[in-house]
Amino acid sequence: MHEALHAFWVLLKRDMTLAYRHRGELANPLLFFVIVVSLFPLGVGPDSKTLQVIGPGIIWVAALLAAMLSLDSLFRSDYDDGALEQLSLSPYPLSLMVLAKVFAHWLVTGLPLILIAPILGVVMFLPAESTWTLIFTLALGTPVLSLVGSIGVALTVGLQRGGVLLSLLVLPLYIPVLIFAANAVNNAAIGMDVSGQLFFLGALLVLALTLTPLATASALRISLN
Amino acid sequence: MWKWLIKLASPQRFYEFSGKLIPWFNWSFLILCVAGLYYGLIVAPMDYQQGDSYRIMFVHVPAAWMSMFIYIVMAIAGGVGLIWRTKLSEIIAASSAPIGASFAFLALVTGSLWGKPMWGTWWIWDGRLTSELILFFLYIGVIALNNAIEDPRNAARASAVLALVGVVNIPIIHYSVEWWNTLHQGTTVMKMSGPSIHIDMLIPLLLMAVAFKLYYAAVLMMSARTELLERERNSSWVQEVISTARS
Repeated sequence: MHEALHAFWVLLKRDMTLAYRHRGELANPLLFFVIVVSLFPLGVGPDSKTLQVIGPGIIWVAALLAAMLSLDSLFRSDYDDGALEQLSLSPYPLSLMVLAKVFAHWLVTGLPLILIAPILGVVMFLPAESTWTLIFTLALGTPVLSLVGSIGVALTVGLQRGGVLLSLLVLPLYIPVLIFAANAVNNAAIGMDVSGQLFFLGALLVLALTLTPLATASALRISLN
Repeated sequence: MWKWLIKLASPQRFYEFSGKLIPWFNWSFLILCVAGLYYGLIVAPMDYQQGDSYRIMFVHVPAAWMSMFIYIVMAIAGGVGLIWRTKLSEIIAASSAPIGASFAFLALVTGSLWGKPMWGTWWIWDGRLTSELILFFLYIGVIALNNAIEDPRNAARASAVLALVGVVNIPIIHYSVEWWNTLHQGTTVMKMSGPSIHIDMLIPLLLMAVAFKLYYAAVLMMSARTELLERERNSSWVQEVISTARS
């Protein structure tokens, strides 16, 4: 058990180092997130009332798309250079190794979204009371997106053109997170209680944490076959 | 019992056995479908609120049931294929996906045809409609993944994992969508429980439901047989089948 935990940390450190060495790419999902959100005022008009109504949904849909687009880098390079195959041969459970990789991936792609979201909330005229709810929902929701998405990536990593297919597989599975999170932010904006939605998101996170690494590991084994 | 089942699951035995069953399924489907349509369109009384247009439910409701039923069959067959690596269950899972997607599509189309006279609009973001739409998307994902992977066995295993993930997700999606809808607007939807109380409406509904199940069994077997011939084309029994068919 202790050794497996050690392997977890080593892999996490390795992935973080790799991400740091390619730090030019780190900003891409973040920029995508910001650009998509700023397109909407251009599309629907600058009226602050309209933007306030659609703001939470837009920020969340944009976060969802940003999370999905960044997924491809989760296993791609390790699959190409054979590191993934070595990982699957290691004595440690593959699901734990997957969890380490997903965690590292979330730290570099999901966490920045949470940090920038309050600014986007201001841009979309969200009332100040809902900012914390926006941060909480992103903190609970984006790990779920990374975890559920990892199944889709694991299934398509062996394919040459998996990009569009990945969105087809993963986006329907993201719907519950979107519903609860956007609804929580909407409710917070009108001063309603949001603990129910946050509990639901927490439950989804726990469920995803426990089950998705197993599914991702078995999907990876199929892709490596 | 087990030995008998395992024998049945061998591709060759399944091919022979299903060839004999298909006409039975087809004929009983035809009889039940005609009976159900006659009962539903002519015998069943008019609804006091919805008039004659409610009658589309005799197709709509069984199609919606089938779309859910087939997804579960597909996931179970996929799971069996993952665990025991049986070819037949992989083929059943792969053949079920397009049929289930068609039923989901049929349910969506008939629902929207019914919605026009009832709600005055082709589409409404009602909880049930939306979760049926998402189910359709999940089917599309399974089919797309199946087509994208070259090796049929790997494709079957990958889409089995996806189908199982979908099965875990379907209840979550379904309830979150219903919950989302009820928070946004009150239920303006006329519930199906109204018309289904009357026995004259219940009988054709059940007849159609059984007919659709038989149709699924027949079409599934036909497409599984084709798939089987294609995958086993190099084995001796397929060569034999082809040579007897030619002569």
